[in-house]
Amino acid sequence: MELRQALAKTLAELMRENNKIVILDADLSKANGTDSLYKEFPNRCYNVGVSEQNMASMAAGLSTYGFTPVIVTFTPFATRRICDQIAVSIAYAKQKVVIIGTDPGITAEMNGGTHMSFEDVGVMRSIPKMVIVDIVDDVQLMKALPHIINYPSAVYVRMPRKSRPTVFDENYQYRFLKADVLKEGKDVTIIASGTMVYEAQVAAKMLAEKGIDAELISANCIKPLDEETILKSIKKTNKVLVCENHNVIGGLFSAVAELIVSKYPVKAKAVGVMDEFGQVGKYQELLEVYHMTPADIAKATMKLVNDKE
Amino acid sequence: MQILDLVPITKDIRKLIIKSIASIGSGHVGGSLSIVEVLTVLYFREMNIDPNNPKMEGRDRLIVSKGHSGPGVYATLARRGYFPEEKLYTLNKIGTDLPSHCDMNKTVGVDMTTGSLGQGFSSAVGAALGSKIKNDGATIYCIIGDGESDEGQVWEAAMFASYAKLNNLVVFLDYNKMQIDGYVKDNKHPADVIRKWDSFGFYTQYVNGHDMKAIVQALDNVKAYRQEKGDKPNMIILDTVKGKGVSFAEKALVGSHSMPVTKELMEQALKELEEV
Repeated sequence: MELRQALAKTLAELMRENNKIVILDADLSKANGTDSLYKEFPNRCYNVGVSEQNMASMAAGLSTYGFTPVIVTFTPFATRRICDQIAVSIAYAKQKVVIIGTDPGITAEMNGGTHMSFEDVGVMRSIPKMVIVDIVDDVQLMKALPHIINYPSAVYVRMPRKSRPTVFDENYQYRFLKADVLKEGKDVTIIASGTMVYEAQVAAKMLAEKGIDAELISANCIKPLDEETILKSIKKTNKVLVCENHNVIGGLFSAVAELIVSKYPVKAKAVGVMDEFGQVGKYQELLEVYHMTPADIAKATMKLVNDKE
Repeated sequence: MQILDLVPITKDIRKLIIKSIASIGSGHVGGSLSIVEVLTVLYFREMNIDPNNPKMEGRDRLIVSKGHSGPGVYATLARRGYFPEEKLYTLNKIGTDLPSHCDMNKTVGVDMTTGSLGQGFSSAVGAALGSKIKNDGATIYCIIGDGESDEGQVWEAAMFASYAKLNNLVVFLDYNKMQIDGYVKDNKHPADVIRKWDSFGFYTQYVNGHDMKAIVQALDNVKAYRQEKGDKPNMIILDTVKGKGVSFAEKALVGSHSMPVTKELMEQALKELEEV
Protein backbone atom coordinates (compact mmCIF):
# COMPACT_ATOMS: atom_id res chain seq x y z
CA MET A 1 0.00 0.00 0.00
CA GLU A 2 1.16 3.54 -0.64
CA LEU A 3 2.04 5.19 2.65
CA ARG A 4 -0.36 8.05 1.99
CA GLN A 5 -3.16 5.50 1.65
CA ALA A 6 -2.06 3.89 4.89
CA LEU A 7 -2.04 7.32 6.50
CA ALA A 8 -5.57 8.19 5.41
CA LYS A 9 -6.93 4.74 6.25
CA THR A 10 -5.48 4.77 9.76
CA LEU A 11 -6.45 8.38 10.44
CA ALA A 12 -10.03 7.56 9.39
CA GLU A 13 -10.13 4.65 11.83
CA LEU A 14 -8.73 6.79 14.63
CA MET A 15 -11.07 9.70 13.84
CA ARG A 16 -14.09 7.42 14.11
CA GLU A 17 -13.11 6.58 17.68
CA ASN A 18 -11.65 9.94 18.70
CA ASN A 19 -13.67 13.06 17.90
CA LYS A 20 -10.84 15.33 19.03
CA ILE A 21 -8.66 14.65 15.99
CA VAL A 22 -8.69 17.52 13.48
CA ILE A 23 -6.83 17.41 10.15
CA LEU A 24 -5.23 20.52 8.67
CA ASP A 25 -3.81 20.55 5.15
CA ALA A 26 -2.01 23.29 3.23
CA ASP A 27 -3.07 22.71 -0.37
CA LEU A 28 -1.45 19.27 -0.49
CA SER A 29 -4.36 17.10 0.66
CA LYS A 30 -4.51 15.35 -2.71
CA ALA A 31 -0.76 14.77 -2.76
CA ASN A 32 -0.82 13.41 0.77
CA GLY A 33 -3.99 11.34 0.51
CA THR A 34 -5.79 13.20 3.30
CA ASP A 35 -8.38 14.52 0.82
CA SER A 36 -10.23 11.24 1.25
CA LEU A 37 -11.06 12.20 4.87
CA TYR A 38 -12.98 15.37 4.07
CA LYS A 39 -16.20 13.65 3.04
CA GLU A 40 -16.56 11.54 6.16
CA PHE A 41 -15.35 14.22 8.60
CA PRO A 42 -16.42 17.59 7.13
CA ASN A 43 -16.24 19.36 10.49
CA ARG A 44 -12.80 18.05 11.36
CA CYS A 45 -10.85 18.51 8.11
CA TYR A 46 -9.70 21.93 6.95
CA ASN A 47 -7.57 23.01 4.05
CA VAL A 48 -5.96 26.31 5.02
CA GLY A 49 -4.46 26.88 1.58
CA VAL A 50 -0.81 27.59 0.95
CA SER A 51 -0.15 29.01 4.41
CA GLU A 52 1.87 26.63 6.53
CA GLN A 53 2.75 29.24 9.15
CA ASN A 54 -0.91 29.89 9.82
CA MET A 55 -1.58 26.15 9.79
CA ALA A 56 0.98 25.48 12.53
CA SER A 57 -0.15 28.26 14.89
CA MET A 58 -3.82 27.52 14.18
CA ALA A 59 -3.18 23.92 15.13
CA ALA A 60 -1.71 25.16 18.41
CA GLY A 61 -4.87 27.21 19.00
CA LEU A 62 -7.01 24.13 18.36
CA SER A 63 -4.84 22.21 20.79
CA THR A 64 -5.46 24.82 23.52
CA TYR A 65 -9.11 24.02 22.93
CA GLY A 66 -8.57 20.32 23.66
CA PHE A 67 -8.28 19.04 20.11
CA THR A 68 -5.50 16.88 18.66
CA PRO A 69 -4.63 18.57 15.38
CA VAL A 70 -2.70 16.71 12.68
CA ILE A 71 -0.98 19.03 10.21
CA VAL A 72 0.19 17.48 6.96
CA THR A 73 2.48 18.85 4.27
CA PHE A 74 5.81 18.11 2.55
CA THR A 75 8.79 17.80 4.94
CA PRO A 76 10.52 21.10 4.04
CA PHE A 77 7.32 23.04 4.63
CA ALA A 78 6.47 21.03 7.76
CA THR A 79 9.80 21.90 9.37
CA ARG A 80 12.23 24.53 8.10
CA ARG A 81 9.52 26.81 6.70
CA ILE A 82 7.59 26.89 9.98
CA CYS A 83 10.39 26.31 12.45
CA ASP A 84 9.46 29.36 14.54
CA GLN A 85 5.75 28.52 14.62
CA ILE A 86 6.58 24.99 15.75
CA ALA A 87 9.11 26.23 18.31
CA VAL A 88 6.88 28.93 19.83
CA SER A 89 3.18 28.20 19.19
CA ILE A 90 3.49 24.42 19.50
CA ALA A 91 6.57 23.31 21.45
CA TYR A 92 7.20 26.21 23.83
CA ALA A 93 3.47 26.61 24.44
CA LYS A 94 3.35 22.84 25.20
CA GLN A 95 0.64 22.12 22.68
CA LYS A 96 -0.07 18.66 21.35
CA VAL A 97 0.15 18.80 17.58
CA VAL A 98 1.08 15.96 15.25
CA ILE A 99 3.27 17.28 12.44
CA ILE A 100 3.40 15.00 9.43
CA GLY A 101 6.09 15.75 6.88
CA THR A 102 5.84 13.69 3.73
CA ASP A 103 8.52 12.80 1.21
CA PRO A 104 11.60 13.33 3.35
CA GLY A 105 15.02 13.53 1.72
CA ILE A 106 15.44 11.81 -1.61
CA THR A 107 11.89 10.43 -1.61
CA ALA A 108 10.91 13.90 -2.89
CA GLU A 109 12.32 12.63 -6.21
CA MET A 110 11.22 14.89 -9.12
CA ASN A 111 10.31 17.79 -6.83
CA GLY A 112 14.03 18.31 -6.56
CA GLY A 113 16.29 20.59 -4.55
CA THR A 114 13.73 23.08 -3.25
CA HIS A 115 11.51 20.31 -1.89
CA MET A 116 14.21 17.86 -0.84
CA SER A 117 14.71 18.21 2.90
CA PHE A 118 18.04 16.95 4.13
CA GLU A 119 17.82 19.19 7.21
CA ASP A 120 14.35 18.58 8.65
CA VAL A 121 15.55 16.26 11.40
CA GLY A 122 18.28 18.75 12.34
CA VAL A 123 15.72 21.55 12.56
CA MET A 124 13.34 19.50 14.67
CA ARG A 125 15.96 17.86 16.89
CA SER A 126 17.04 21.26 18.14
CA ILE A 127 13.54 22.03 19.45
CA PRO A 128 13.25 20.93 23.10
CA LYS A 129 11.13 17.85 23.82
CA MET A 130 10.18 17.33 20.16
CA VAL A 131 9.66 13.66 19.36
CA ILE A 132 10.83 12.63 15.88
CA VAL A 133 9.58 9.46 14.25
CA ASP A 134 11.08 8.25 10.95
CA ILE A 135 8.70 5.84 9.25
CA VAL A 136 10.03 2.71 7.53
CA ASP A 137 7.04 1.30 5.67
CA ASP A 138 3.24 1.23 5.49
CA VAL A 139 2.88 -1.51 8.10
CA GLN A 140 4.92 0.44 10.61
CA LEU A 141 3.04 3.66 9.86
CA MET A 142 -0.33 2.06 10.56
CA LYS A 143 0.91 0.56 13.82
CA ALA A 144 2.67 3.75 14.92
CA LEU A 145 -0.12 6.28 14.33
CA PRO A 146 -2.34 5.35 17.30
CA HIS A 147 0.66 5.82 19.64
CA ILE A 148 1.58 9.10 17.97
CA ILE A 149 -1.96 10.46 18.24
CA ASN A 150 -2.22 9.48 21.90
CA TYR A 151 1.21 10.78 22.94
CA PRO A 152 0.79 13.82 25.23
CA SER A 153 3.13 16.21 23.41
CA ALA A 154 4.11 17.22 19.89
CA VAL A 155 5.43 14.57 17.50
CA TYR A 156 7.08 15.07 14.12
CA VAL A 157 6.56 12.20 11.71
CA ARG A 158 8.63 11.99 8.53
CA MET A 159 7.21 9.54 6.01
CA PRO A 160 7.35 8.84 2.29
CA ARG A 161 4.05 9.27 0.42
CA LYS A 162 4.44 6.48 -2.08
CA SER A 163 5.02 2.73 -1.88
CA ARG A 164 8.13 1.43 -0.21
CA PRO A 165 9.47 -2.12 -0.01
CA THR A 166 7.98 -3.75 3.07
CA VAL A 167 10.32 -4.41 5.97
CA PHE A 168 7.77 -5.31 8.62
CA ASP A 169 5.00 -7.92 8.45
CA GLU A 170 1.53 -7.96 9.98
CA ASN A 171 2.79 -9.60 13.18
CA TYR A 172 5.15 -6.71 13.86
CA GLN A 173 4.75 -5.32 17.38
CA TYR A 174 5.50 -1.61 17.22
CA ARG A 175 6.87 -0.20 20.45
CA PHE A 176 6.64 3.58 20.51
CA LEU A 177 9.96 5.38 21.19
CA LYS A 178 11.80 2.06 20.85
CA ALA A 179 14.21 0.81 18.22
CA ASP A 180 13.94 -2.63 16.65
CA VAL A 181 16.81 -5.05 16.30
CA LEU A 182 16.02 -6.50 12.89
CA LYS A 183 19.02 -8.80 12.76
CA GLU A 184 21.41 -9.77 15.49
CA GLY A 185 25.11 -9.80 14.71
CA LYS A 186 28.51 -9.51 16.35
CA ASP A 187 30.91 -7.69 13.99
CA VAL A 188 29.34 -4.25 13.57
CA THR A 189 26.16 -2.36 14.42
CA ILE A 190 24.30 -0.77 11.53
CA ILE A 191 21.72 1.78 12.67
CA ALA A 192 19.29 3.01 10.02
CA SER A 193 16.05 4.95 10.01
CA GLY A 194 13.16 5.53 7.63
CA THR A 195 13.66 4.46 4.04
CA MET A 196 17.28 3.56 4.74
CA VAL A 197 16.22 0.59 6.88
CA TYR A 198 15.34 -1.39 3.78
CA GLU A 199 18.59 -0.43 2.05
CA ALA A 200 20.55 -1.43 5.15
CA GLN A 201 18.68 -4.72 5.30
CA VAL A 202 19.80 -5.52 1.76
CA ALA A 203 23.32 -4.45 2.67
CA ALA A 204 23.34 -6.74 5.71
CA LYS A 205 22.62 -9.70 3.45
CA MET A 206 25.47 -8.66 1.11
CA LEU A 207 27.76 -8.42 4.11
CA ALA A 208 26.73 -11.86 5.38
CA GLU A 209 27.84 -13.32 2.06
CA LYS A 210 31.24 -11.78 2.71
CA GLY A 211 31.40 -13.24 6.17
CA ILE A 212 30.52 -10.09 8.11
CA ASP A 213 27.87 -10.57 10.74
CA ALA A 214 26.21 -7.16 11.13
CA GLU A 215 23.61 -6.30 13.73
CA LEU A 216 20.87 -4.18 12.16
CA ILE A 217 18.86 -1.69 14.20
CA SER A 218 15.90 0.27 12.93
CA ALA A 219 15.97 3.56 14.85
CA ASN A 220 12.26 4.23 14.55
CA CYS A 221 12.46 7.22 16.83
CA ILE A 222 15.31 9.64 16.20
CA LYS A 223 14.43 11.72 19.23
CA PRO A 224 14.43 10.50 21.89
CA LEU A 225 16.88 7.83 20.78
CA ASP A 226 16.43 4.36 22.20
CA GLU A 227 19.74 4.58 24.03
CA GLU A 228 19.36 1.24 25.77
CA THR A 229 19.00 -0.79 22.56
CA ILE A 230 21.78 1.10 20.79
CA LEU A 231 24.28 0.96 23.66
CA LYS A 232 23.61 -2.71 24.24
CA SER A 233 24.43 -3.41 20.60
CA ILE A 234 27.57 -1.31 20.29
CA LYS A 235 28.96 -2.67 23.55
CA LYS A 236 28.87 -6.01 21.75
CA THR A 237 30.19 -4.90 18.32
CA ASN A 238 32.29 -1.83 19.19
CA LYS A 239 31.67 -0.37 15.73
CA VAL A 240 28.72 1.54 14.35
CA LEU A 241 27.60 2.62 10.91
CA VAL A 242 24.63 4.99 10.68
CA CYS A 243 22.46 5.17 7.54
CA GLU A 244 20.11 8.06 7.04
CA ASN A 245 18.11 9.72 4.29
CA HIS A 246 19.24 13.13 5.53
CA ASN A 247 22.31 15.32 5.82
CA VAL A 248 24.85 13.52 8.03
CA ILE A 249 25.03 16.81 9.95
CA GLY A 250 22.16 17.23 12.40
CA GLY A 251 20.32 13.98 11.84
CA LEU A 252 20.50 10.39 13.07
CA PHE A 253 24.29 10.17 12.73
CA SER A 254 24.67 13.26 14.89
CA ALA A 255 22.23 11.86 17.43
CA VAL A 256 24.09 8.54 17.62
CA ALA A 257 27.46 10.32 17.76
CA GLU A 258 26.27 12.51 20.64
CA LEU A 259 25.16 9.39 22.48
CA ILE A 260 28.30 7.33 22.03
CA VAL A 261 30.72 10.19 22.62
CA SER A 262 29.27 10.70 26.08
CA LYS A 263 28.45 7.11 27.01
CA TYR A 264 30.53 4.60 25.06
CA PRO A 265 32.99 5.98 22.48
CA VAL A 266 33.52 3.65 19.52
CA LYS A 267 34.42 4.17 15.87
CA ALA A 268 31.44 5.46 13.91
CA LYS A 269 30.82 6.25 10.25
CA ALA A 270 27.84 7.48 8.28
CA VAL A 271 26.12 6.75 5.01
CA GLY A 272 23.87 9.65 4.12
CA VAL A 273 23.92 12.98 2.35
CA MET A 274 27.37 14.51 2.81
CA ASP A 275 26.33 18.13 3.37
CA GLU A 276 24.82 18.58 -0.09
CA PHE A 277 21.57 20.04 -1.43
CA GLY A 278 18.97 17.93 -3.20
CA GLN A 279 18.22 17.62 -6.90
CA VAL A 280 15.68 16.00 -9.19
CA GLY A 281 15.91 12.30 -9.94
CA LYS A 282 14.32 8.95 -9.27
CA TYR A 283 14.78 7.40 -5.84
CA GLN A 284 17.21 4.77 -7.09
CA GLU A 285 19.19 7.33 -9.07
CA LEU A 286 19.42 9.61 -6.06
CA LEU A 287 20.55 6.72 -3.85
CA GLU A 288 23.44 6.29 -6.28
CA VAL A 289 24.23 9.99 -6.60
CA TYR A 290 24.50 10.39 -2.83
CA HIS A 291 26.25 7.03 -2.33
CA MET A 292 23.49 5.56 -0.22
CA THR A 293 22.83 2.26 -2.05
CA PRO A 294 23.07 -1.11 -0.27
CA ALA A 295 26.42 -1.59 -2.04
CA ASP A 296 27.63 1.73 -0.62
CA ILE A 297 26.46 0.71 2.84
CA ALA A 298 28.20 -2.65 2.52
CA LYS A 299 31.39 -0.99 1.31
CA ALA A 300 31.40 1.53 4.15
CA THR A 301 30.74 -1.26 6.64
CA MET A 302 33.61 -3.39 5.29
CA LYS A 303 35.95 -0.44 5.57
CA LEU A 304 34.86 0.18 9.13
CA VAL A 305 35.16 -3.46 10.14
CA ASN A 306 38.60 -3.79 8.54
CA ASP A 307 39.86 -0.53 10.02
CA LYS A 308 42.45 -1.67 12.54
CA GLU A 309 43.45 1.78 13.79
CA MET B 1 -20.18 47.14 34.89
CA GLN B 2 -21.13 50.68 33.86
CA ILE B 3 -18.67 52.48 31.62
CA LEU B 4 -18.21 55.33 34.11
CA ASP B 5 -17.13 52.80 36.74
CA LEU B 6 -14.50 51.47 34.37
CA VAL B 7 -12.61 54.76 34.19
CA PRO B 8 -10.91 54.47 37.62
CA ILE B 9 -9.96 50.90 36.73
CA THR B 10 -8.01 52.10 33.70
CA LYS B 11 -6.10 54.46 36.00
CA ASP B 12 -5.34 51.61 38.40
CA ILE B 13 -4.11 49.42 35.55
CA ARG B 14 -1.90 52.18 34.14
CA LYS B 15 -0.38 52.74 37.59
CA LEU B 16 0.27 49.02 37.98
CA ILE B 17 1.91 48.85 34.55
CA ILE B 18 4.27 51.69 35.41
CA LYS B 19 5.00 50.40 38.90
CA SER B 20 5.69 46.86 37.71
CA ILE B 21 7.98 47.98 34.88
CA ALA B 22 9.74 50.42 37.24
CA SER B 23 10.38 47.52 39.61
CA ILE B 24 12.73 45.98 37.02
CA GLY B 25 13.86 49.30 35.54
CA SER B 26 12.62 49.05 31.96
CA GLY B 27 10.11 47.28 29.74
CA HIS B 28 7.40 47.41 27.11
CA VAL B 29 5.67 50.58 28.22
CA GLY B 30 4.15 51.98 25.02
CA GLY B 31 2.22 49.01 23.70
CA SER B 32 0.97 48.08 27.18
CA LEU B 33 -0.46 51.55 27.83
CA SER B 34 -2.12 51.80 24.41
CA ILE B 35 -4.45 48.84 25.03
CA VAL B 36 -5.56 49.57 28.61
CA GLU B 37 -9.08 50.63 27.63
CA VAL B 38 -9.81 47.54 25.54
CA LEU B 39 -8.35 45.26 28.23
CA THR B 40 -10.55 46.96 30.81
CA VAL B 41 -13.71 46.66 28.73
CA LEU B 42 -13.00 43.00 28.00
CA TYR B 43 -12.03 41.82 31.49
CA PHE B 44 -14.41 43.97 33.53
CA ARG B 45 -17.48 44.01 31.33
CA GLU B 46 -17.57 41.83 28.25
CA MET B 47 -15.86 38.52 28.74
CA ASN B 48 -17.51 35.46 30.24
CA ILE B 49 -14.69 34.56 32.61
CA ASP B 50 -14.14 33.60 36.23
CA PRO B 51 -10.85 34.58 37.89
CA ASN B 52 -11.48 31.82 40.45
CA ASN B 53 -11.86 29.27 37.68
CA PRO B 54 -9.46 30.51 35.01
CA LYS B 55 -9.74 27.36 32.86
CA MET B 56 -13.56 27.35 32.96
CA GLU B 57 -15.10 25.32 30.12
CA GLY B 58 -16.80 27.45 27.49
CA ARG B 59 -15.22 30.68 28.76
CA ASP B 60 -14.46 33.56 26.45
CA ARG B 61 -10.77 33.85 25.66
CA LEU B 62 -8.36 36.63 24.86
CA ILE B 63 -5.19 36.00 22.91
CA VAL B 64 -2.89 39.01 22.94
CA SER B 65 -0.98 38.35 19.76
CA LYS B 66 1.21 41.39 20.34
CA GLY B 67 2.68 39.41 23.21
CA HIS B 68 5.06 42.18 24.26
CA SER B 69 2.05 43.85 25.90
CA GLY B 70 2.49 41.31 28.70
CA PRO B 71 2.86 43.99 31.41
CA GLY B 72 -0.50 45.48 30.35
CA VAL B 73 -2.15 42.06 30.45
CA TYR B 74 -0.64 41.19 33.85
CA ALA B 75 -1.70 44.47 35.43
CA THR B 76 -5.24 43.86 34.16
CA LEU B 77 -5.33 40.24 35.36
CA ALA B 78 -4.05 41.28 38.80
CA ARG B 79 -6.60 44.09 39.06
CA ARG B 80 -9.31 41.63 38.01
CA GLY B 81 -8.31 39.24 40.79
CA TYR B 82 -6.51 36.46 38.94
CA PHE B 83 -3.49 36.85 41.24
CA PRO B 84 -2.27 39.28 43.92
CA GLU B 85 -0.94 42.64 42.76
CA GLU B 86 2.32 41.95 44.62
CA LYS B 87 3.14 39.36 41.98
CA LEU B 88 3.44 42.19 39.43
CA TYR B 89 6.72 43.21 41.05
CA THR B 90 8.28 39.91 40.00
CA LEU B 91 8.00 41.03 36.36
CA ASN B 92 10.99 39.74 34.37
CA LYS B 93 12.86 38.71 37.50
CA ILE B 94 14.52 35.31 37.28
CA GLY B 95 12.02 32.47 37.74
CA THR B 96 8.99 34.78 37.44
CA ASP B 97 5.52 33.77 36.27
CA LEU B 98 5.34 37.10 34.46
CA PRO B 99 7.80 37.20 31.56
CA SER B 100 7.99 40.06 29.05
CA HIS B 101 5.86 38.15 26.55
CA CYS B 102 2.60 36.37 27.40
CA ASP B 103 3.03 32.74 28.42
CA MET B 104 0.00 30.50 29.01
CA ASN B 105 2.03 27.97 30.97
CA LYS B 106 3.37 30.53 33.42
CA THR B 107 0.62 33.09 34.01
CA VAL B 108 -2.82 32.27 35.36
CA GLY B 109 -5.45 33.72 33.03
CA VAL B 110 -3.29 33.91 29.91
CA ASP B 111 -4.94 31.89 27.13
CA MET B 112 -2.04 31.54 24.70
CA THR B 113 1.71 31.93 24.54
CA THR B 114 2.57 34.80 22.20
CA GLY B 115 5.46 37.05 21.35
CA SER B 116 6.67 35.87 17.97
CA LEU B 117 4.45 38.20 16.01
CA GLY B 118 1.60 36.97 13.84
CA GLN B 119 1.35 33.62 15.56
CA GLY B 120 -1.15 34.56 18.26
CA PHE B 121 -3.65 35.69 15.66
CA SER B 122 -3.45 32.29 13.93
CA SER B 123 -3.84 30.60 17.32
CA ALA B 124 -6.92 32.72 17.99
CA VAL B 125 -8.30 31.58 14.63
CA GLY B 126 -7.60 27.99 15.71
CA ALA B 127 -9.35 28.56 19.04
CA ALA B 128 -12.33 30.17 17.29
CA LEU B 129 -12.51 27.17 14.96
CA GLY B 130 -12.29 24.89 18.01
CA SER B 131 -15.18 26.74 19.64
CA LYS B 132 -17.23 26.36 16.45
CA ILE B 133 -16.52 22.61 16.30
CA LYS B 134 -17.40 22.24 19.99
CA ASN B 135 -20.36 24.61 19.59
CA ASP B 136 -19.73 26.03 23.07
CA GLY B 137 -20.88 29.55 22.24
CA ALA B 138 -17.64 31.21 23.34
CA THR B 139 -16.25 34.39 21.83
CA ILE B 140 -12.53 34.45 21.06
CA TYR B 141 -10.96 37.90 21.34
CA CYS B 142 -7.57 38.77 19.93
CA ILE B 143 -5.43 41.90 19.99
CA ILE B 144 -2.91 42.43 17.20
CA GLY B 145 -0.54 45.32 16.58
CA ASP B 146 -0.16 47.50 13.52
CA GLY B 147 3.58 46.86 13.55
CA GLU B 148 2.76 43.18 13.93
CA SER B 149 0.65 43.46 10.78
CA ASP B 150 3.90 43.60 8.79
CA GLU B 151 3.93 39.83 9.28
CA GLY B 152 2.55 37.83 6.36
CA GLN B 153 1.09 35.31 8.78
CA VAL B 154 -1.46 37.90 9.92
CA TRP B 155 -2.96 37.91 6.45
CA GLU B 156 -2.82 34.13 6.12
CA ALA B 157 -4.85 33.92 9.32
CA ALA B 158 -7.25 36.65 8.18
CA MET B 159 -8.05 34.86 4.93
CA PHE B 160 -8.77 31.59 6.72
CA ALA B 161 -10.91 33.29 9.40
CA SER B 162 -13.19 34.87 6.83
CA TYR B 163 -13.24 31.73 4.67
CA ALA B 164 -14.31 29.66 7.69
CA LYS B 165 -16.92 32.29 8.70
CA LEU B 166 -15.56 32.65 12.22
CA ASN B 167 -18.03 35.27 13.43
CA ASN B 168 -17.15 34.22 17.00
CA LEU B 169 -13.73 35.83 16.51
CA VAL B 170 -13.35 39.48 17.52
CA VAL B 171 -9.99 40.98 16.62
CA PHE B 172 -8.77 44.37 17.81
CA LEU B 173 -6.05 46.22 15.94
CA ASP B 174 -3.99 48.43 18.26
CA TYR B 175 -3.55 51.12 15.62
CA ASN B 176 -0.97 53.29 17.37
CA LYS B 177 0.91 53.83 14.09
CA MET B 178 4.29 53.07 15.58
CA GLN B 179 6.70 50.17 15.64
CA ILE B 180 10.18 49.74 17.07
CA ASP B 181 12.21 51.35 14.31
CA GLY B 182 9.84 54.22 13.58
CA TYR B 183 6.37 55.01 12.35
CA VAL B 184 4.64 52.11 10.59
CA LYS B 185 4.20 54.26 7.48
CA ASP B 186 7.96 54.85 7.36
CA ASN B 187 8.73 51.13 7.47
CA LYS B 188 6.08 49.78 5.17
CA HIS B 189 3.06 51.06 3.26
CA PRO B 190 0.27 50.22 5.70
CA ALA B 191 -2.48 51.04 3.18
CA ASP B 192 -5.97 52.03 4.28
CA VAL B 193 -6.51 49.77 7.28
CA ILE B 194 -10.30 50.01 7.17
CA ARG B 195 -10.55 49.07 3.51
CA LYS B 196 -7.88 46.44 3.95
CA TRP B 197 -9.71 44.58 6.72
CA ASP B 198 -13.03 45.07 4.97
CA SER B 199 -11.64 43.55 1.79
CA PHE B 200 -10.22 40.61 3.74
CA GLY B 201 -13.81 39.77 4.66
CA PHE B 202 -14.05 41.18 8.20
CA TYR B 203 -16.97 43.10 9.66
CA THR B 204 -14.81 46.14 10.28
CA GLN B 205 -15.31 49.08 12.64
CA TYR B 206 -13.03 51.99 13.51
CA VAL B 207 -13.19 53.62 16.94
CA ASN B 208 -11.18 55.81 19.28
CA GLY B 209 -9.31 53.14 21.21
CA HIS B 210 -9.23 55.21 24.38
CA ASP B 211 -13.01 55.84 24.38
CA MET B 212 -14.53 52.94 26.27
CA LYS B 213 -18.04 54.02 25.32
CA ALA B 214 -17.03 53.66 21.67
CA ILE B 215 -15.42 50.25 22.29
CA VAL B 216 -18.53 49.01 24.09
CA GLN B 217 -20.71 50.32 21.26
CA ALA B 218 -18.55 48.51 18.70
CA LEU B 219 -18.90 45.27 20.68
CA ASP B 220 -22.66 45.80 20.88
CA ASN B 221 -22.64 46.24 17.10
CA VAL B 222 -20.81 42.91 16.81
CA LYS B 223 -23.48 41.20 18.93
CA ALA B 224 -26.26 42.71 16.82
CA TYR B 225 -24.44 41.70 13.65
CA ARG B 226 -24.13 38.11 14.86
CA GLN B 227 -27.78 38.03 15.92
CA GLU B 228 -28.68 39.03 12.40
CA LYS B 229 -26.75 35.94 11.28
CA GLY B 230 -23.76 37.95 10.09
CA ASP B 231 -21.08 35.36 9.46
CA LYS B 232 -17.92 37.44 9.03
CA PRO B 233 -15.18 37.56 11.62
CA ASN B 234 -14.94 40.92 13.35
CA MET B 235 -12.27 43.59 13.27
CA ILE B 236 -12.41 46.59 15.59
CA ILE B 237 -9.66 49.04 14.72
CA LEU B 238 -8.62 50.96 17.82
CA ASP B 239 -7.19 54.36 17.00
CA THR B 240 -4.70 54.58 19.84
CA VAL B 241 -1.72 56.51 21.18
CA LYS B 242 1.40 54.56 22.04
CA GLY B 243 2.21 55.22 25.69
CA LYS B 244 -1.27 56.68 26.30
CA GLY B 245 -1.90 58.38 29.65
CA VAL B 246 1.71 58.76 30.77
CA SER B 247 3.40 61.90 29.46
CA PHE B 248 6.98 60.62 29.44
CA ALA B 249 5.89 57.62 27.39
CA GLU B 250 3.74 59.61 24.99
CA LYS B 251 6.61 62.07 24.45
CA ALA B 252 9.02 59.22 23.78
CA LEU B 253 6.92 58.33 20.70
CA VAL B 254 8.44 55.26 19.01
CA GLY B 255 11.01 55.15 21.82
CA SER B 256 8.27 54.00 24.20
CA HIS B 257 8.20 50.49 22.75
CA SER B 258 10.67 49.36 25.39
CA MET B 259 12.08 52.07 27.61
CA PRO B 260 13.61 52.71 31.03
CA VAL B 261 11.28 53.69 33.86
CA THR B 262 13.21 55.25 36.74
CA LYS B 263 11.81 55.83 40.20
CA GLU B 264 11.48 59.55 39.34
CA LEU B 265 9.60 58.84 36.12
CA MET B 266 7.37 56.43 38.00
CA GLU B 267 6.55 59.03 40.70
CA GLN B 268 5.82 61.59 38.00
CA ALA B 269 3.53 59.18 36.13
CA LEU B 270 1.65 58.14 39.27
CA LYS B 271 1.09 61.81 40.14
CA GLU B 272 -0.21 62.55 36.64
CA LEU B 273 -2.59 59.61 36.73
CA GLU B 274 -3.88 60.79 40.11
CA GLU B 275 -4.60 64.24 38.74
CA VAL B 276 -6.48 63.20 35.59
